[in-house]
Amino acid sequence: MRQMNIKALNKTTKSNIVTYGIVILAYLIMEILMRAGVVSSLLQGLLVPLCTYVILAVSLNLTVGISGELSLGHAGFMCVGAFSSAFFSKCMQEVIPVSGIRFFLAILIGAAFAALFGVVVGIPVLRLRGDYLAIVTLAFGEIIKNVVNVIFLGKDSRGFHISMKDAFSMGLEPEGEVIINGPQGITGTPNDSNFLVGIILILITLFIVINLVNSRTGRAIMAIRDNRIAAESVGIHITKYKLLAFTISASLAGVAGVLYAHNLSTLAAQSKNFGYNMSIMILVFVVLGGIGNIRGSIIAAVVLTLLPELLRSLNDYRMLMYAIVLIATMIFTSSPGGQAFRERYSLKRLIGQRKETKEAE
Amino acid sequence: MMGFISYLVNGISLGSVYAIIALGYTMVYGIAKMLNFAHGDVIMIGGFVVFTTVSGMGLPPVIGILISVVVCTVLGMLIERIAYKPLRKASKLAVLITAIGVSYFLQNVALLIYGSNTKSFTSVVSITPISLADGAIIISGETIVTIVACIIIMIALTAFIKYSKSGRAMLAVSEDSGAAQLMGVNVNATIALTFAIGSALAAIAGVLLCSSYPALTPYTGAMPGIKAFVAAVFGGIGSIPGAFIGGILLGVIEILGKAYISSQLADAIVFAVLIVVLLVKPTGLLGKQIQEKV
Amino acid sequence: MALLEVKELGISFGGLRAVDDFHMTIEQGQLYGLIGPNGAGKTTVFNLLTGVYKPTDGYILLDGENITGKKTIEINQHGIARTFQNIRLFDELTVLDNVKVGLHNHYSYSTLTGILRLPKYYKIEKEMDARAMELLKVFDLDQEADYKASNLPYGKQRKLEIARALATEPKLLLLDEPAAGMNPHETQELMKTIRFVRDEFHMTILLIEHDMKLVSGICEELTVLNFGQILTEGETSTVLNDPKVITAYLGE
Repeated sequence: MRQMNIKALNKTTKSNIVTYGIVILAYLIMEILMRAGVVSSLLQGLLVPLCTYVILAVSLNLTVGISGELSLGHAGFMCVGAFSSAFFSKCMQEVIPVSGIRFFLAILIGAAFAALFGVVVGIPVLRLRGDYLAIVTLAFGEIIKNVVNVIFLGKDSRGFHISMKDAFSMGLEPEGEVIINGPQGITGTPNDSNFLVGIILILITLFIVINLVNSRTGRAIMAIRDNRIAAESVGIHITKYKLLAFTISASLAGVAGVLYAHNLSTLAAQSKNFGYNMSIMILVFVVLGGIGNIRGSIIAAVVLTLLPELLRSLNDYRMLMYAIVLIATMIFTSSPGGQAFRERYSLKRLIGQRKETKEAE
Repeated sequence: MMGFISYLVNGISLGSVYAIIALGYTMVYGIAKMLNFAHGDVIMIGGFVVFTTVSGMGLPPVIGILISVVVCTVLGMLIERIAYKPLRKASKLAVLITAIGVSYFLQNVALLIYGSNTKSFTSVVSITPISLADGAIIISGETIVTIVACIIIMIALTAFIKYSKSGRAMLAVSEDSGAAQLMGVNVNATIALTFAIGSALAAIAGVLLCSSYPALTPYTGAMPGIKAFVAAVFGGIGSIPGAFIGGILLGVIEILGKAYISSQLADAIVFAVLIVVLLVKPTGLLGKQIQEKV
Repeated sequence: MALLEVKELGISFGGLRAVDDFHMTIEQGQLYGLIGPNGAGKTTVFNLLTGVYKPTDGYILLDGENITGKKTIEINQHGIARTFQNIRLFDELTVLDNVKVGLHNHYSYSTLTGILRLPKYYKIEKEMDARAMELLKVFDLDQEADYKASNLPYGKQRKLEIARALATEPKLLLLDEPAAGMNPHETQELMKTIRFVRDEFHMTILLIEHDMKLVSGICEELTVLNFGQILTEGETSTVLNDPKVITAYLGE
């Protein structure tokens, strides 16, 4: 039975290799198709956002699936990562002209700031449970978005100036430069993101999350999710591990924010990119991909982002279709009727039956 | 000082709208134990029905409001029957995602019918404003109607739950639906009724909201919906007086925050107050404390 | 010196005195039973001993150390592990991983080591696997190591809970109704296992049980609790023949 155990280990390892493989394969196929010139510019423009969503979905799965906490404020951490890194890149554009090094540092800064916010938000929030935790994370996300919208930050020969009112009250010298311009955000962030960088960041995210889950720390986190009281009784530090999972998740969302920010010429905090709607959209990816299922999150993020685009011919009806697909999927997968239906007409059974009839012949 | 009083009155008025929405939220949560994210969008539908019947077809406002209440009630029951009922035993997350789907659905139906342009809503209130302190404070007809409506609804709802058979059935189901069923309460009918009442209230809230803030788009309901939910949590979700108090407080904080601190940060202030309240009292102002048994 | 010494322990919930003036002395290596009718406060005593509830009065000494009012995890680290009346496993984890969570504080590597898969990760994980399999074997669960814990039959779930508790290397093991829901054959087997655990691990065991066959079969000493107070205590055979105890169970 020791061998059986080793076999089981191999099974998870195999499954993880498949996950990495899917990502790499998707990249290669897209590269080839792009070289061949058969990819529409619309789809090309979607590639980096797709990578962003995949990272967000995988990282949120760490909070929702692995740690078992319903967070509706994930976009807030993405916002922190986006703005802190874009600010850095804009300031350092002349100091560090090599875009690779600058972007690498920007990623570290975005991740670090988002992690910091993860700790600050996590300490109070993780004392709450269930729906209360959900609404408070939503509240934190909205606060981050709103506060970013009133920050004016500029630089002149005397150093940095900040105001919460308007650009004028910073009292910049005439040759001073406004870096963060309130609701207009940051303009002119160097365009350092591209598809390859996105794919690499996805792979790093996967590496961190998958290895974390299959480690001593991951087991502790999942034990707390499954039974808090029992976990405490065997000496697991509840707050420590909950906060750790939440912080890593926030930090990776920050990385997604860095990728997002360096793909745009203008970065502004709006409801559609950093509001609760975005957090909900990521949650939809996680739930439809299967709670706790990392590969599922990736596939759901890609399919659900592409779906409205593929339905573009339906014009105004596409978002309506999206809504119907969402409701129908949930009823199909989670209702007793839907589950019975799936069992009766499952692919495996249909294939099995066909085999049987063949044998009978 | 006069400024403060008129801000306060405006705050109570906005808070009354939140309170009416929050009542619907809190009742549904108490009974179905679900976050009905689509509740805010029912408000928007309520607004559009009145817009169509009154501004479009020229019907008298009272008829328009009645039609709106009927449409929303039926809509609420339909949503419950089609989308939520099959998921009674499903995980909380599955129900939440379905509710989000319903929310998208309602927004996009409205988008298809009315387009994304802002419609200017004609107020249904024709009461002349009251002028106090020699005109230093003017209280609009909408404000008066909103506050009065909220108080009437609050009293009627409390009486209904306390004294009617169906109301007590609601209480029983929210306490323990399994036990209620064994005692002969029709749980499905009670849940449907709760959705009906909640949606009817949403229709009224929609009309009142659009009368005071006359810009109507398919997304009009989303933010008030979220805020009303915050109000419900604030007061202690599942508690009817809690929803009322939470709604009023939230409206007042929002308007005062807008007036004295920053109009852009008003929402942030509202959310910050929620966080502080929940950290001090994790189940809201009037919420019940539940301890896990080992 | 006794392994566990409890004096004047008490707790009130509002006006209700759930446990009052409770005392208990357990020697190293003893198999001790805590019995009493339903609602007598037995599980409350366990919850007090493991820090789930903070006592309002009295003190608890474990191996001479005062652990009164400490948190659950601290008490576990001091050496008390427990099982639960209503089984509390990590349902989504495998049987093996359930035990490995129990080993958490005895086999350590940092989170970063785990993420980066440094050599130490493989070394410690291998040791943990070996130790966990050893424990599973004691409870005849080694064949099911890769099952999801929630897929185990009821009797095996109870055993897994004991294995997980033992993994934390306690000095004192608390078992809350270990035979509940088991058939006579399973109970018989469980008795053997409990005795084996005591002998093999030199474990001290305190258990709550309603199954009198199990209690009289393996417990050396008993304390009887009734309405939150000690009714009587002493050697098993003496206590079980005490008319006071029989009255408490059967009513007058």
